[in-house]
Amino acid sequence: MLTVFLQFLFSGLTVGAVYALVGIGFNITYNATSIINLAQGEFVVIGGLMMWFFSESLHLPFLVSVVCTIGSAGLVGLLMERLTIKPLKQPDLLLMIMITIAVSIVLRGILMFSFGKEPYVYPAFTEGDPISVSGAIIQQQTLWVIGITGFCIVGLFVFFKRTIIGKAMRACAVNTAAASLVGINVSRMVMLSFVLSAVVGAIGGMAITPISLMEYDKGPMLAVKGFCAAIMGGLGSNRGAVIGGFIIGILESMTAGYIHSGLKDAVALIILLLILFLRPAGLFVSKTMLDLRKF
Amino acid sequence: MRTVLSVMIAAFCIVSLSVGAQAKEPFKIGALFAVTGPASFLGEPEKNTAIMLQEQINKAGGINGHPLEIIIEDTKSDETQAVLSAKKLLENDNVLAIIGPSTTGESMALVPIMNNANTLLMSCAAGAPITQPVKDRYWIFKTPQYDVSAVEAIFGHMKKQGIAKVGIITISTGFGDAGRKALVEMAPQYGITIVADEKYGPKDSDMTTQLTKIKAAGAQAVINWSVGPGQVVVTKNWDALKMGIPLYQSHGWGSKKNIELAGKAAEGVIAPLGRLVVWEKLPDGHPQKALLKKYTQDYEARYKSEPGTFGGHAYDAIMMLVEAMKKVGPDKKKIRDYIETNIKNWAGTGGIFNMSPNDHCGLDKTAFEMVVVKNGDWEILK
Repeated sequence: MLTVFLQFLFSGLTVGAVYALVGIGFNITYNATSIINLAQGEFVVIGGLMMWFFSESLHLPFLVSVVCTIGSAGLVGLLMERLTIKPLKQPDLLLMIMITIAVSIVLRGILMFSFGKEPYVYPAFTEGDPISVSGAIIQQQTLWVIGITGFCIVGLFVFFKRTIIGKAMRACAVNTAAASLVGINVSRMVMLSFVLSAVVGAIGGMAITPISLMEYDKGPMLAVKGFCAAIMGGLGSNRGAVIGGFIIGILESMTAGYIHSGLKDAVALIILLLILFLRPAGLFVSKTMLDLRKF
Repeated sequence: MRTVLSVMIAAFCIVSLSVGAQAKEPFKIGALFAVTGPASFLGEPEKNTAIMLQEQINKAGGINGHPLEIIIEDTKSDETQAVLSAKKLLENDNVLAIIGPSTTGESMALVPIMNNANTLLMSCAAGAPITQPVKDRYWIFKTPQYDVSAVEAIFGHMKKQGIAKVGIITISTGFGDAGRKALVEMAPQYGITIVADEKYGPKDSDMTTQLTKIKAAGAQAVINWSVGPGQVVVTKNWDALKMGIPLYQSHGWGSKKNIELAGKAAEGVIAPLGRLVVWEKLPDGHPQKALLKKYTQDYEARYKSEPGTFGGHAYDAIMMLVEAMKKVGPDKKKIRDYIETNIKNWAGTGGIFNMSPNDHCGLDKTAFEMVVVKNGDWEILK
């Protein structure tokens, strides 16, 4: 009985870690620009597919592939911002969000033409059998995903709270005009936020591909679930996104295990709705913060 | 500008040359394939096959001297688009027959249209309702095997192994639902009980929960029914959990790519597969072997990828039509009657077809071989 429960829990953690990483990606752009970047799922796909390209197709060493993948994802984020967001004459939030949808469709098309429609996979980061905890198994790669998620949260926390660039990025989100008055290069901060969120998304993609495989059209599903995670925890709160992601993942798994697998998506979304009815700002954001938001 | 002009002149010369060489009127048939959209993994090899066959047939002198013209339309995996494209083919292009569409939903949408237009449809989708009840499907035929036949092949094999309790896990798409229905319906006939009935979404990344439940329910085997990455994820989870019971996959498993993706985890997975994917393992002299070899090798040489069973469905449909047109000429009714009555013991990629007024598919469970994955390759189970 305990074994079965633990197995459901581990399955939920595996899935939840993925949602959490995507959720964090949403937060980065949101925190710097108040934009919801709906191409976030495509960044994850780019991470997985480019990692395959560098490590399996070009046979580069592991670490070189990781660096190249992060570099190319960052470049995509940079180009996206420079080509679609910056040229806007009248930056309007809703318009920018629509643009990100358009970009996600274009990216998906490019990925389809360059990688085809088949799924891709490469070996897990560490070889070896799954780890057994009182009968339930957890794959080593899952531990990597969870570890990388943790590393990203800590890294981002330090970046946003302790470094001058991070603080400048947050200032842009609160008040663009005031930020530029105190000498912050707002345009550069917006660009940086896109690069950073693309990198975080790509890191997530690299980590989950050995578990879940990656194909060109996985982005929208990841974006929806990651967005739910971010909303549940409260947009803008990385801690919230992580906890939200794990809650959704575990709820899905428990529903599939104890009720029925056909209902798992429905139950997770119903819980999300309930939380939003009771706490519209999400679990980790206060009501005052919600009122300050532009979107 | 000058290059554009010269290309146009060159193209014009080629067209006029080929028209001059083949003076006879072309035989036009339509093809509706899901080249883009979610079912594009079906439509793409089908389209490639149609283009390749059209070239091969015309190079060999066409059909009694008439060139074959296949007009391909993309349905975008969408029922509405399929209907619109079918009307275009029927009304503007005056085709003799239509091949496709790729999915069951699109094919069902075309049933009334084709019956009204008195034109033959050779569907490349598997669903049983496409050709049943046969009295309302006068003009409708299909080339893929029935889902039920694959289920029968699996249950037949299980019965021999003494497996009586199974857990099923199906993908929540049309393919998975049709398979689930067939599994649930056929199980009692083989004395098999379904002790767990689980589902997952097409983009899910972990199915250990469902598999754990199946194991806890006391199943002696797992049957997974899906196409796409889901079947690889299930295979990997099954291997990681060390479930100790065999994993059966549906006929959607038939691609070397799946073994490649699942790696060592795929060892021991059993599936009913059409002979197209295991043609190398067939005994010499098997009626399907020569044509499978030619088709697969031609396709791989040209497109650098495997045709898969799906391309084969288009191959069978086109070759049946070509044979009919060769025998009876460009007459819609005679073509239909020829296919219904004269396709007997007809070796195609999907199996040995036996069409009849009661069966517009003509394949049964003998179209499948039970195949196990061994040392990263297929092996036919005796």
